[in-house]
Amino acid sequence: MAITVDEVFETSKMILYQNLDIRTTTLGINLKDCVDSDFRTFKKKVYDKIYKNGSVLIKEAKKLELKYGVPIVNKRISVTPVSLIMETHLRKEKFLEMAKVLDNAAKDAGVDFIGGFGALCQKGLTRSDRLLIETLPDVLSKTKHVCSFLNVGSNVSGMNLDAVNLLGAMLKKIAKKTKNGSGCARFVVFVNAPEDNPFMAGAFHGVGEGDAALNIGISGPGVVRSVVEKNKDCDLTELSEIIKRTVFKITRAGELIGRELAKNLKIPFGVVDISLASTTNKGDSVADVIEAFGIESIGAHGSTLAIALLMDAVKKGGAMASANVGGLSGTFIPVSEDLGMVEAVKRKSLSLDKLEALTAVCSVGLDMVAIPGNTPEETINAIIADELSIGIINNKTVGVRILPIPGKKPGDLVKLGGLLGIAPVMSVNKYSAKNFIKRGGRLPAPVTSLRN
Amino acid sequence: MKKELSFITVIGKDKRGIVAKVSDLLYKNNINIEDINQKIMEGLFVMTMLVDISGCRCPIKRLNSSLENIGKKMGLKIQLQHENIFKMMHRV
Repeated sequence: MAITVDEVFETSKMILYQNLDIRTTTLGINLKDCVDSDFRTFKKKVYDKIYKNGSVLIKEAKKLELKYGVPIVNKRISVTPVSLIMETHLRKEKFLEMAKVLDNAAKDAGVDFIGGFGALCQKGLTRSDRLLIETLPDVLSKTKHVCSFLNVGSNVSGMNLDAVNLLGAMLKKIAKKTKNGSGCARFVVFVNAPEDNPFMAGAFHGVGEGDAALNIGISGPGVVRSVVEKNKDCDLTELSEIIKRTVFKITRAGELIGRELAKNLKIPFGVVDISLASTTNKGDSVADVIEAFGIESIGAHGSTLAIALLMDAVKKGGAMASANVGGLSGTFIPVSEDLGMVEAVKRKSLSLDKLEALTAVCSVGLDMVAIPGNTPEETINAIIADELSIGIINNKTVGVRILPIPGKKPGDLVKLGGLLGIAPVMSVNKYSAKNFIKRGGRLPAPVTSLRN
Repeated sequence: MKKELSFITVIGKDKRGIVAKVSDLLYKNNINIEDINQKIMEGLFVMTMLVDISGCRCPIKRLNSSLENIGKKMGLKIQLQHENIFKMMHRV
């Protein structure tokens, strides 16, 4: 059956007026084969591999952008967790040098971010993991494109609180060394981190992956908001159906472009991540979708239900559209990167506590949350540990991207610049969990792991 | 030669000469129009042309920017997109 004018117009509207785009194409590259006992050779192999693959990615992505008329906003690279490949080069300055190699290779290839400067330490920390964490304040202040992650827990190993306990102090150091604390935006701490997530800052090329994989993130909160606005009176079941149908369509676009790009790059296609991801563009906001449901301002009672409905419908529509749905695939609710979220915090409708509740039913966790710079490090560790425990107990991925901004107090607005947006500083509970958190050790794996 | 079908979509206010200008560009570049449709939707004039670009004499990038130029001059949005994206999004 021929494509009708109506169908063409629907697609055109999504692209022209509702910000439908391929949010990211992320090329995962295995760096294990670059390891060399001679550090200079090691660095050269890493640079060459990233530069070569990165430049081809940009060239091929541009061709498809033209062919299909869908913007491919970000082109990125993720690599094998760096702590792993540095195990035989345990010197702090070498970690910094390696970060600079990644930064330069990314810059020269023309990709905007390179992810994977991180470690998998869900059960314990190796010497390399510790060194990497110690170097991070320098790494994130002396590079522009490098993104970092830690996976500190999983359903089967519990949560490594000793690793979490290193983070409050580390984040405060990063914040002091970078403008408005913005370096913290390039670090995410996860539990159950997916090995094929294409979204930054948490993307890395997992150890279970092949030599290379192309992962795609497609996004269109504006498209979903627009159909929700057109259906003001339908009940929740119908609303879910409408969202499913729309997400099906946008995921198919991602599937088409992802598969073709992988084919042209002669590498396997990894996954489509169907997460609704907001940007600072007007109308490209997940908070706006929730408000179009009929919630006066996100954070109001009813918001958790609304996010739960949205999240489930997105997953169902996406799963039908692609056999390779992966990554995080849900709904991001970053604070600073979503104008609707920023407004909700400003009008005191959204607090850190309610945000934590929302993350129990959607993906990613506490994302791009600014807190006062004088928050005690133990409190930062406790905020992280609280959020991550939601992931451990509920068998899901969650992460925390939090920015303790020096010299700022609740209610202040901090310009982070570019894609990172404007962060309203949120208030933090003034009572301490110090004596509990300092116990350290490991949160045992939840009983769900005993099904084996 | 195997056909390579793309859609040209024109969105905006209806005026004289839209079809003439676009089809003149297509003719000069050896592009055949396979089908053409138009409709008023949500108060906008929407025209779609299904074209075969397999014999196109210029690179697609240039064709695209020529179409954009016509759009700019006439106050219209003009897009060129391979038909596969519509097939993927609207057919199961």
